[in-house]
Amino acid sequence: MRLLTHNMLSSNIKGVTNGFPLRLQVEKSVEKEVDLNPDFLKNIFPKIEWKALVDASHALGYPELPDDAEPSMLDSHDFLKKFHHALLELHVEEGALICPETGRNFPINKGIPNMLLHEDEV
Amino acid sequence: MWFLCVFYHRLLDYRRPEVEALAELFGAFGEDSPGSCNHTLEWKLPEDHHPDSPFHFVSLPSEEIARSIANRSILVKGIYQLWGQGSSYEELEEAIKGFPDERKLPYLTSESTFRIIVDSFGKVMSFQEQNERIKGLSYIPFKGRVNLRNPDHKFWLIETDDYGSNNGLPPVVKRMIFFGREVGAADRKLLPTYQLKSRNYLGPTAMDAEMAFLMANQALAQPGKLVYDPFVGTGSILVAAAHFGAMTMGADIDIRVVRDGRGPDCNVWSNFKQYGLPMPISLLRADNNLPPWRPGLREVFDAIICDPPYGVRAGGRKSGGRKLMKGTVDPYTVPDDKRRDHIPSTAPYSLVECMHDLLDLAAKMLVMGGRLVFFYPVVREDSSTDAHFPEHPCFTLVASCEQILSLRYSRYLLTMVKTGTYTEAVAKLAKEKHKEFKENHLKWLEDGNLHSAVFSPAGNKEAEPGKSNFDRDTKPKYRGKYV
Repeated sequence: MRLLTHNMLSSNIKGVTNGFPLRLQVEKSVEKEVDLNPDFLKNIFPKIEWKALVDASHALGYPELPDDAEPSMLDSHDFLKKFHHALLELHVEEGALICPETGRNFPINKGIPNMLLHEDEV
Repeated sequence: MWFLCVFYHRLLDYRRPEVEALAELFGAFGEDSPGSCNHTLEWKLPEDHHPDSPFHFVSLPSEEIARSIANRSILVKGIYQLWGQGSSYEELEEAIKGFPDERKLPYLTSESTFRIIVDSFGKVMSFQEQNERIKGLSYIPFKGRVNLRNPDHKFWLIETDDYGSNNGLPPVVKRMIFFGREVGAADRKLLPTYQLKSRNYLGPTAMDAEMAFLMANQALAQPGKLVYDPFVGTGSILVAAAHFGAMTMGADIDIRVVRDGRGPDCNVWSNFKQYGLPMPISLLRADNNLPPWRPGLREVFDAIICDPPYGVRAGGRKSGGRKLMKGTVDPYTVPDDKRRDHIPSTAPYSLVECMHDLLDLAAKMLVMGGRLVFFYPVVREDSSTDAHFPEHPCFTLVASCEQILSLRYSRYLLTMVKTGTYTEAVAKLAKEKHKEFKENHLKWLEDGNLHSAVFSPAGNKEAEPGKSNFDRDTKPKYRGKYV
């Protein structure tokens, strides 16, 4: 699971009002190289919850992202590279996503988060 | 600028919409209003031709755009600059001679190489006949050398038959001979490369490669765009989108399909690896009925492409099983000690509900001008269809292409463009609209009904008195959309 996905997901258990961001529990992570596409990064930037991305990248041991970001920074190639790396190249292979409100554990196996709810959470 | 557009004689309903989608993609409608829905091309048919004919004339702003469209399309055999047409070779000669020299001569120079290809629709020509046809063109002042392998210019002489009625088309097609210079042609080599029979990981509803490419074209998949499939299965639709350079994302409720596949080298990831395509950005297990996207997330996907489960070959499932099915008094609760490895049960997911969720999700998550492309099944009554499609205030339907699957049912590929912003008020309105739709279609949209409509044995009721079984089974001579 890439951090882009992490940035889009929340816990949607019935009754939970504040399911984002999910806490990241990492057991195994990998890096996979992806071609950098500046247009894609510029399109997706306004949709990203920056703080959640920074925190998640820290959880994966990547401290390079600045604490705050604004659209003008997208002109810097150096920034784009770091943003790209954090967003698309860091993978959580095994671990879990933890609901901040209820502590419910959504497991990640083989890089695939299991977001399906139990019968009594629907 | 008018071009002759010749199609493969397949998926007749899909041909013009594909060209129009690609025209949008390559900027044929100008930059001023991208994603607008009233963008249509101007088309003409050759005199006396039926709309199902493979020969069409289309108006495109430039040769460059025509080439881009033809090269990316799946159903365009070629787009040509027409030099002449006629119902006989005498007429053709006159027409070609009358075609202005300044438009011919740049392609006939002595430095260039060329090749003439003789083609026909509705009959086969022997090698000798083809040679005679080429020799008959000696009145055109070709100065260049012939190069069969890799010519600078390709000229096509295309003939239709003169006995008309037997080549699968209604007899209105009269004999026509076209001569033109090729501007661009489809890359059908894609299809053998991507065909399902050589794909590693397949499921029962894997999308046929040709159709998957058509869907990706309708969705305007291209580099820098993000495409989502909420019913990803083995990823066969996303493979096509990834081929055109789009970033892909998929979800499925069945974790075995997305996570495990049939082993380490036979899963969704391996299907992308097989073709050297970039892996999906993300695959996840999620329920389309209760999507796990964070509440404020809007307008992230450029396109949503999917083949929803409509219960003929595979039925839909959603979260929530047991407590709904058994009708017990207390809702089912999972004991605390079993929570960790609990496998939640699922309940059937009817097509009506699925359509509502899909449109709602797409209205929220697509960018303005983004496209929703999906299949929608329709029961054919009296071997004709009278289709009503799901609607949503945020979407405008731009194309609906029928593919007839059996005498009983067909599926429509619907292409919708997001033209309205998603607000709470719109969501409410959509719910009302959906209710209306549900009431009108309850009969067969409920779980299982479509399946039985398609598979139940033909009852005796259907046989009309005075009509033998023979009559009922004879297929009409003209097969149009069956092709």
